[in-house]
Amino acid sequence: MNQKTFLAFIGPSVLMMVLFIALPLATVLKQSFYVTQPVYQTLEVETCSPTFTGQVCLKEIKTIPIIGDNGKVITQTNFVGFVNYQNVIEFPRAIAAFANKSWSQFMAIDFWKALRFTLSFTLITLPLVLLFGLLIALCINNAAKSIRGPVIFISLLPMIITPVIGALSIRWLFIGDGILTSFLEWWLVRDIAMFAQAWTIELMMMMYRVWHVAPFAAIVFYAGLQTVNQDTVESAIIDGASRWQKLRYVILPHLMPLIVFVTLIHLMDSYRVFEEVVGFSSQAHVISLQWLTYDFLTSDLMGNRSIGRASASSMLTMIGIVLLLIPVLRGVWLDYKGKRL
Amino acid sequence: MKDKNLIQQPIALRLSSYFFLIFWCIVAAFPIFWISVMSVKLPLDAFNSNPLNVIFGMETLSKGKGLSLIDITVGLSIILFTAKLTTGWLGRMVNKYSPNGYLGFGWIIGAMAFGLSFIIIFFGIMPSVLSLFNDISGPLGNNILGFSTEHYSTVWFEMDFIKNFQNSIMVTTGVVTISLTFGTLAGYGLARSGSNLAFWILIIALIFRALPHSVLVTGYLPFFINSAEILRPIFGESAPTLYGMPWATVAVLVAINQPFTIWMLRSFFQSIPSELDEAARVDGCSHFQAFRRVIMPVMWPGVITTGLFSFLLAYNDFLVTSMLLEAQNTTMVPAIASMFNMETTTTDQVVAVAAAVSIIAPLFFLVMFFQRQIVSGLTAGAVKG
Repeated sequence: MNQKTFLAFIGPSVLMMVLFIALPLATVLKQSFYVTQPVYQTLEVETCSPTFTGQVCLKEIKTIPIIGDNGKVITQTNFVGFVNYQNVIEFPRAIAAFANKSWSQFMAIDFWKALRFTLSFTLITLPLVLLFGLLIALCINNAAKSIRGPVIFISLLPMIITPVIGALSIRWLFIGDGILTSFLEWWLVRDIAMFAQAWTIELMMMMYRVWHVAPFAAIVFYAGLQTVNQDTVESAIIDGASRWQKLRYVILPHLMPLIVFVTLIHLMDSYRVFEEVVGFSSQAHVISLQWLTYDFLTSDLMGNRSIGRASASSMLTMIGIVLLLIPVLRGVWLDYKGKRL
Repeated sequence: MKDKNLIQQPIALRLSSYFFLIFWCIVAAFPIFWISVMSVKLPLDAFNSNPLNVIFGMETLSKGKGLSLIDITVGLSIILFTAKLTTGWLGRMVNKYSPNGYLGFGWIIGAMAFGLSFIIIFFGIMPSVLSLFNDISGPLGNNILGFSTEHYSTVWFEMDFIKNFQNSIMVTTGVVTISLTFGTLAGYGLARSGSNLAFWILIIALIFRALPHSVLVTGYLPFFINSAEILRPIFGESAPTLYGMPWATVAVLVAINQPFTIWMLRSFFQSIPSELDEAARVDGCSHFQAFRRVIMPVMWPGVITTGLFSFLLAYNDFLVTSMLLEAQNTTMVPAIASMFNMETTTTDQVVAVAAAVSIIAPLFFLVMFFQRQIVSGLTAGAVKG
């Protein structure tokens, strides 16, 4: 295919990605250095209240936003440099917390709290997803052909369920005296409130995520198991490999590219953990980086949205995912170069 | 020389493998099963701490709302029969009657007609016929299982959920059509080109795939709010405010979806042998003609699969739609979030449960119809690497 036809085929799609992804990214970068604020004016206002003995007048100096001709508040946008970033990261507070050696003080800063949760969520769920996915895949592969279809059907359900509703369905099992909470209470003979402290909520979020993603890993691995070279397996058996050695030295190396693939996808998806915060209504205890940006973007009672701060936290979130993905992408790049040589 | 003992697994291993599968199936299905049970019970039953009370719904039953043995058997057999039809018969019918090269549309129309007739029979005709039967059949017709659809009617008729449903339909249809149109062209181009440019586009698409959605929304939101003023020089007075327009969110969702779409379609097109279009080229077709006449008729399985995943992304989205649409006019998923946040009484909670079940019911049928396509889609991207 020559260059011209190639461009004609990919043109619309690339144009769309430039227009709708790259351009917004550039605006976010720009916005993160600016602050938009209403223009205020200071007025001296005299309010008088009538009383029996005459009027009591109060003079006050008020700052109120100027309202333009069209009835909207006039705003102005100023270049502020890295102020937005400073407002998000809050270095002075973080350093003060370090000086006091106080972890709880450090965790009181929204950004670091969100970063802590997002990273631990990503890194704890990853091995669990791989492990459960592999287990389910091996068991499905081990089962009789006739029951594989129904089992895969049931396994797909947690995967395609709307994330917010999946989280809600777990929440409804535990909330108040939900049946699983009452089961736990009966089992452990003690009072349990799953939504009263951060760590139980985090535990439920991670459980939900593993439940949601393990089927994906399982199905990918199951497909990989179908293509294991039976001759290699047989020769391993003839050479006296135990069942464990067979798994460790024949099957796992064969699945390695798929494990990398699932890792890559899971890193991307669990880093943007967000729906769990909404579904479990955990914002008082646990927040994630995406939720932080979302919260900045949501308009407050006055109808103001802190776009600048949201942009700064978006940029930081993005830097985070790029750092997280560099090792994996480097592997892909080396692989590509190796193939071409 | 095969050692029988090594090939045959010990009975303990086989048993534990089956036990694990059973355990997994229960874990996978239980939350979904449970919220469907909760949604048809009155609040006192739905949030009862005794699971048997929830399942049998004593309180609901005492209010005279329930199902008899006849209702349950007939209902279950209709569901099983439908499941059987969807897995076999429907596919054959679609393959037989759709015009050549339009298998995709055939599937869409077939699935829609099928779903609609199921809804009419199951919710429209069946209840009235069954209540007639219950009256004449004595003890078998007595209610034994608490069952009430009142929360569903609250959701759909009193709370205007139909409006949210229409918005969802509009957004998902838009996203699926647009992202597939652009995606197939790009995917085909990328699959047939070995140039360095193609590689870099794919890598950049991969990085875009990793972007948290909130980053994009931050870029869009100020523009959407002020779009009337920004676009005035181009469109004049008719420049629209994009904020709150369901069709405007389509653009955002398509953009989010596009990197994934081209990756997936590329791997599908790679599995179509390039000899096919080369043969057409030898016969004097241009690249576009070869694409239209030779590739398009055979690409539908891949396109349907990719379309399914685009559908899921648009249908399941919460972040983009809740941020860019007004609270009164959202799609279904953000609507439910506002529902459970304002829940005050247990009745409100069960109404929210019913809304949640209404949202995931179509997904359930989707898996039933398209299980094979979903599995092949999950593995296609992966096995190719």
